Amino acid sequence: MLLSLEPRGEQSRPMLWLSPLLAAVLTLLSGSLLFALLGHDPLETLHTLLIAPLADWYGVSELLVKALPILLCALGLAVAYQARIWNIGAEGQLLLGALAGSAMALQLLDMDSRWALVWVVLAGTVAGAAWAGITAWLRTQFNANEILTSIMLNYIALNLLLFFVHGPLKDPAGFNFPESAMFGDASRLPLVSEDGRLHGGLYLALLALVAVWVLLQKSFLGFQIKVLGLDRRAAGFVGFREKRLVWFALLVSGALAGMAGVGEVAGPIGQLVPQVSPGYGYAAITVAFLGRLNPLGIVAASLLMALLYLGGENAQMTMNLPQAITQLFQGMMLFFLLACDVLILYRPRLKWKWAQRKALAEATT
Amino acid sequence: MDLDLLSNILYAMVRTGTPLLLVALGELICEKSGVLNLGQEGMMLFGAVIGFIVALATGNLWLGVLLAMAAGMLLSMLFAAVALGFNANQVATGLALTIFGVGLSTFVGAAWVGKPLSGFEPIAIPLLSEIPLIGRMLFAQDVLIYLSFALFALVAWVLLKSRIGLIIQAVGESPDAASAMGLPVLRVRTLAVLFGGAMAGLAGGYLSLAYTPMWAENMTAGRGWIALALVVFASWRVFRVLLGAYLFGLASILHLVAQGIGLSIPSNLLAMLPYVATIVVLVLLSRDAIKTRLYAPVSLGQPWQPGH
Repeated sequence: MLLSLEPRGEQSRPMLWLSPLLAAVLTLLSGSLLFALLGHDPLETLHTLLIAPLADWYGVSELLVKALPILLCALGLAVAYQARIWNIGAEGQLLLGALAGSAMALQLLDMDSRWALVWVVLAGTVAGAAWAGITAWLRTQFNANEILTSIMLNYIALNLLLFFVHGPLKDPAGFNFPESAMFGDASRLPLVSEDGRLHGGLYLALLALVAVWVLLQKSFLGFQIKVLGLDRRAAGFVGFREKRLVWFALLVSGALAGMAGVGEVAGPIGQLVPQVSPGYGYAAITVAFLGRLNPLGIVAASLLMALLYLGGENAQMTMNLPQAITQLFQGMMLFFLLACDVLILYRPRLKWKWAQRKALAEATT
Repeated sequence: MDLDLLSNILYAMVRTGTPLLLVALGELICEKSGVLNLGQEGMMLFGAVIGFIVALATGNLWLGVLLAMAAGMLLSMLFAAVALGFNANQVATGLALTIFGVGLSTFVGAAWVGKPLSGFEPIAIPLLSEIPLIGRMLFAQDVLIYLSFALFALVAWVLLKSRIGLIIQAVGESPDAASAMGLPVLRVRTLAVLFGGAMAGLAGGYLSLAYTPMWAENMTAGRGWIALALVVFASWRVFRVLLGAYLFGLASILHLVAQGIGLSIPSNLLAMLPYVATIVVLVLLSRDAIKTRLYAPVSLGQPWQPGH
């Protein structure tokens, strides 16, 4: 028996959307197998991981709290990836957004007006964009590979944040703990409802969702970005300015990641701490691909990813499983997705030896 | 600066540069065959954690090294299956491999964080190690570093002098022509990817068994990515890989040097140095787009299937 791939000659539309679902199912199956091997009941573990966290409204609101930064980062990444600009730096852009937002909030501790929040969010967003701007500058000016520069900037951003939280931004009255003072109420994102931690970042994310949807699906700029991604030379021939598009895609990408970061510190955390993000910026890479770089697909994928984060915490508390399950599933899912994507362009054919022989016999007679 | 300090710096430079050298040699072969595997960081981490667990559980360091290499190869097999077998985008597949490797290693190693292990000790070769300045650097290292010297010689010989090297480069420069000559393009590429996996696993094992004998989450700290930049820096030439690896090693230990001469700079800022250096080097070397394109293997990163 032999599995062979036959080119379809065109993209299969149904497979384009079935492939992420297939990848999710395969991830769950291999996850179950892994749990069984580790001596846990697979069904019970999956229940702990995926269903138990959503038992009540608090669970659902926690899901949204975790989905917001992932969604924002992934929306930004989708813009860059549509142009085939591999921005891997969402994590660093997020951290810088958190850092700059915190620095602003700590300046405005005594301010009572709501403008404080505006300044804080703006500072974070601009800082995220600026951090991505470094990658854009290096890429357009010096032709430096954006994958490597954006990854390096992630490590630099993390160290920068650690430096500030251990040094200049440390709370003087904080018993030498590496954390800043709590922000003033005026610079915090308001809660959406009384119970739970869901905060005004929700509106920012919805706004970003609509904006990115319009940009990618309805605007000429989005069209240019997609053409650039599909065929660099063609984009050049019709006169689209590559450098300008690269700048634009990366700035949007960084601004949204920065917004995600400032949303975390001004939202659920309320101060600058060393651990702003449990890898949201990296998770967003998987989410962007899983959502097919489509804003609505990304919403679904970021909810799924947030559920994995929530479930990972739950599994650690109740079953003593390492929380790294979340990252493990992330990686598996992306891998399965890429493997399943082969079905978009190719049709799998099972070939039995006898079938070949029969075909050969028919052909010769 | 006195001679003793300088000799110490050179010694530490080689120690720090070795994991970079090992990964970069593997990736060099891989890229020469036309495959861009961005999963180095993931393979390194998995190698590091498996090597550590095996060595701690069995008490046999060499078994740890061997299985670290096997672990790296196992992950690279996944990459080969998806990127070469299924023709997937190599950039995305490599990223997936890194994300997967980070998750897998953290998951597997959760129970082993912070456990002590007595790793490989330096072995000073009599007489030779007493040569001033370079004696310690070259002849008082641990056995994995001596192994890295040998592996460097092997890779250099393969690429510059052997038939296998010609085959790898033919496949990387023009898979169509190589295929027309009857070379099994996909098999050559798969083997190159597996070699890269073994080297990344070995580099991970070096970190967790010799450099700092312990396991910590994400202990590679971006070395897999730096090694990728290193190959670009070296413009795909093997001697420059060696030079680059040690230069980056030097950049990573500058904080020791700074302490040695009495500068006080916060450690978090000094920790940025290797990453900043990577960016600077990338900028300096990629400035000339045409030159980069001339040095890079022509089919680098492009999927290829027979008969298309």
